[in-house]
Amino acid sequence: MQRDGHSAARVRTIPLIAPSVGALLVWMIVPLAMTLWFSFRRYNLLNPMLTGFAGINNYRFLLRDPALPSILVITVVLVLAVMVLTISLGVVLAAIFNTGFPGQGIARVLMISPFFVMPTVSALIWKNLLMHPVNGLFAGVLRSLGFPVIDWFSSFPLISIIIIVTWEWLPFAFLILLTALQSLDEEQLEAARLDGAGTIAVFFFIQVPHMARAISVLVMMETIFLLSIFAEIYVTTAGGPGIATTNLPFLIYQRALLAFNIGGASAAGVIAIILANVLAALLIRTVARRLDV
Amino acid sequence: MSGVKTWLAGGVAWLIAIVNFFPIFWMLLASLKTEVEAVQTPPLFIFHPTLANYRDIFALQGYAGYAFNSIAISVLATLLMLLVAVPAAFAMAFYPGRYTRDILLWMLSTKMLPAVGVLVPIYLLSRDLGLLDTRTALVIIDFLSNLPIGVWMLFTFFRETPKDIIEASRIDGANVGQTILYVLLPLVAPGIASTALLSVILCWNEAFWSLNLTAHNAAPLTAFIASFSAPQGLFWARLSAASVLAIAPILAFGWISQRQLVRGLTFGAVK
Amino acid sequence: MTAVAIRGVRKLFGQIEVLHSVDVEIDDGDFVILVGPSGCGKTTLLRMIAGLEDVSHGEILIGGRRVNDIAPKARDVAMVFQNYALYPHMTVRQNMSFALRLARTARVEIDKRVERAAEILGLGQLLDRSPRQLSGGQRQRVAMGRALVRNPQVFLFDEPLSNLDAKLRVQMRAEIKELQQRLKTTTVYVTHDQIEAMTMADKIVIMRNGYVEQTGAPLDLYDHPANQFVAGFLGSPSMNFLDGEIAEGAMIAADGLRWPLPESFAAQPLSGRKVVYGIRPEHITITEAGIPARVQLVEPTGSETQVVLQASGSTLIAASRERIIAQPGTILHIMVDPARAHLFDPESGKRLAA
Repeated sequence: MQRDGHSAARVRTIPLIAPSVGALLVWMIVPLAMTLWFSFRRYNLLNPMLTGFAGINNYRFLLRDPALPSILVITVVLVLAVMVLTISLGVVLAAIFNTGFPGQGIARVLMISPFFVMPTVSALIWKNLLMHPVNGLFAGVLRSLGFPVIDWFSSFPLISIIIIVTWEWLPFAFLILLTALQSLDEEQLEAARLDGAGTIAVFFFIQVPHMARAISVLVMMETIFLLSIFAEIYVTTAGGPGIATTNLPFLIYQRALLAFNIGGASAAGVIAIILANVLAALLIRTVARRLDV
Repeated sequence: MSGVKTWLAGGVAWLIAIVNFFPIFWMLLASLKTEVEAVQTPPLFIFHPTLANYRDIFALQGYAGYAFNSIAISVLATLLMLLVAVPAAFAMAFYPGRYTRDILLWMLSTKMLPAVGVLVPIYLLSRDLGLLDTRTALVIIDFLSNLPIGVWMLFTFFRETPKDIIEASRIDGANVGQTILYVLLPLVAPGIASTALLSVILCWNEAFWSLNLTAHNAAPLTAFIASFSAPQGLFWARLSAASVLAIAPILAFGWISQRQLVRGLTFGAVK
Repeated sequence: MTAVAIRGVRKLFGQIEVLHSVDVEIDDGDFVILVGPSGCGKTTLLRMIAGLEDVSHGEILIGGRRVNDIAPKARDVAMVFQNYALYPHMTVRQNMSFALRLARTARVEIDKRVERAAEILGLGQLLDRSPRQLSGGQRQRVAMGRALVRNPQVFLFDEPLSNLDAKLRVQMRAEIKELQQRLKTTTVYVTHDQIEAMTMADKIVIMRNGYVEQTGAPLDLYDHPANQFVAGFLGSPSMNFLDGEIAEGAMIAADGLRWPLPESFAAQPLSGRKVVYGIRPEHITITEAGIPARVQLVEPTGSETQVVLQASGSTLIAASRERIIAQPGTILHIMVDPARAHLFDPESGKRLAA
């Protein structure tokens, strides 16, 4: 008997999925291809006469830039510092919040709120209201205690950025870890306590392993988002002083939209993409294995 | 856990929560001060609150236009996302095929592309298509950036609906559109709502593209607030009021949907 | 007239063949039950009739029309799902009328049909409730009502009683059978429960591992099973089996004891052949003399007594209307009704015809 060419039973899923896949395919392929293409072109918006194939000159120029190593270091330090801070603080806070103290709901709302504050507002709160060397709250407090005032963005520019970004992303880590913790089977905890495990033992041997999956998801998501940190730098330090807070996104922004050097910016873009994928490649595989599809 | 330990944990947790929330609270205070009080040193905790800043924002700054941009972009991008993501999630949740898993993981992987890596081409494309400083450009970009999250989130919600019910509606004579409209959507309304909410939150707070692709016409609140960074020290109170207004609705949305947010932001890996 | 015909139907999931060339003819108005252990392919076959699964090879006809390429909604079938699959956001009335509303049936007609189905099923008071507010049995009725209002050519039931408690299951069993006899609508019903199959069906299709083992009226299958699987599957407690060899007009068991053969076999030259001897519990009687058997367990169910025995190296169950009192370990004697004994080929499992 002939196998049927089309079938009544099968719902035709292609027309349902195609718009999503198509849109994302275009969204991914077209700009990626263009970035790659431009990165090998001589292309400056200020100088229309400058055209043609640049070979690897854009890359050579970029890689020879004495600032590049420190920019890469700044980019990675920013990602790693915030990731380590948010996840380690998040794990501890999640364990504390999981105890079910009075007013837990409201305290949790206070904890997660910074995540919903738009990055530009967060940056301005910290820059003006808190860290401003003259009128900021921190300066006021230090002064009234008789300490010298700190000019945060001049003296500790990268640390200041890390503090701001950590404040924004701690709620994210906290919320996800707390949710993971709350899904821990109560019986398992009771069994552990009957086996004589104290609070500390429960935390390290039961709760932390249970959060492993959530932590791996966090690492992946934060890698993606933190590699694109831009607004906070744009609003507070504009990459300075010098290049003390210039990360790859900000470099690209400067090259492309301030210097109009499309070729150079594209080469930096390619490097950002490679960096993101190197950092995330292993992580996404870990996560993929844990997704039950 | 013993009572003492609970109280101790509660005390520590409350302390951290208050410290953590303090910057937002401090901004709220600043928004109720006069400009002079706002920059006063030492910082002022007790003062006579005023709503003048909130009045001024609407009167002076063209705030309404930026707010409108934020609302229009968030809502349109979210609707567009749902329109495209719901059928895809429906197909993959109820009629999984050999490639469903691969498609889902591929969608996830599109988030691996850092926005900054494609800033140049997106900027040039927008310029060449005449979309620089238009809401259209941001709607399209927000729609595309949130599409993978939307598909994933809906997928995990849909899968909790028994397939029987979908099949029953097929036997009852419903086509795919009718099944989605009359059977699935009413059943997963809470899931749809939280997916929409997450999308609105992400669109609303999106700063990278807003800062790079908009100027005056299409700038949403994120870009508007950033424009205050230049003349620093001048309008702290007014800036604070504008900021409070800009974040208030999203804070509320976030509080409402915190649990579902986790699912969306972790692609269903944590519920 | 044939209402549903399944001809040479095979089903492949990827490389795995779950149905191997199945043929079933279902007459108009018949109540046919597909029964078999889990994984036998019965539900897959039902879903293929419904149009929820593709037919890989072969064809399915409903009312003489080939439906392989016809969408479920155009097949004129209604289905009752195992978990009822009621629309939780609709009232009972909306659940029952959904198909008719989709088909743009006139309001008056919808109301008439829903009222009538509700009356038949005793759902009159519940029409404006939501499924959440109903008990398991009531949900079951709503699921049936949803099928009923459509007045389809064929009803399909997928293990509809498996979620009900034992008592309700017996009650619904009777109700469904009674309803089907009243409506005379062709019905295909899937279950793994052989008692449901025996009590409800006009015709049983016994399946295993994607093959149809035997098709026929319940008592025919019970009395004349085609093979050892069918013999063992139908009946509770199930048929006893002993291994042995034919000699001198009897079966000689492993321990040398003689088990009597049906008369029809006595004349045949089967001597020396290895066989499996099958005898149902109710065809073993406990007597003063006969084959000795050691009592292992006595299980009184009230209406009858089941005795688990050790005889000829095998465990047997005897069922008796009489109340038997015996201590485990004591030796009883049993007699079998030779006319009711079956012989099976140990290799193929096929019943040896007399």
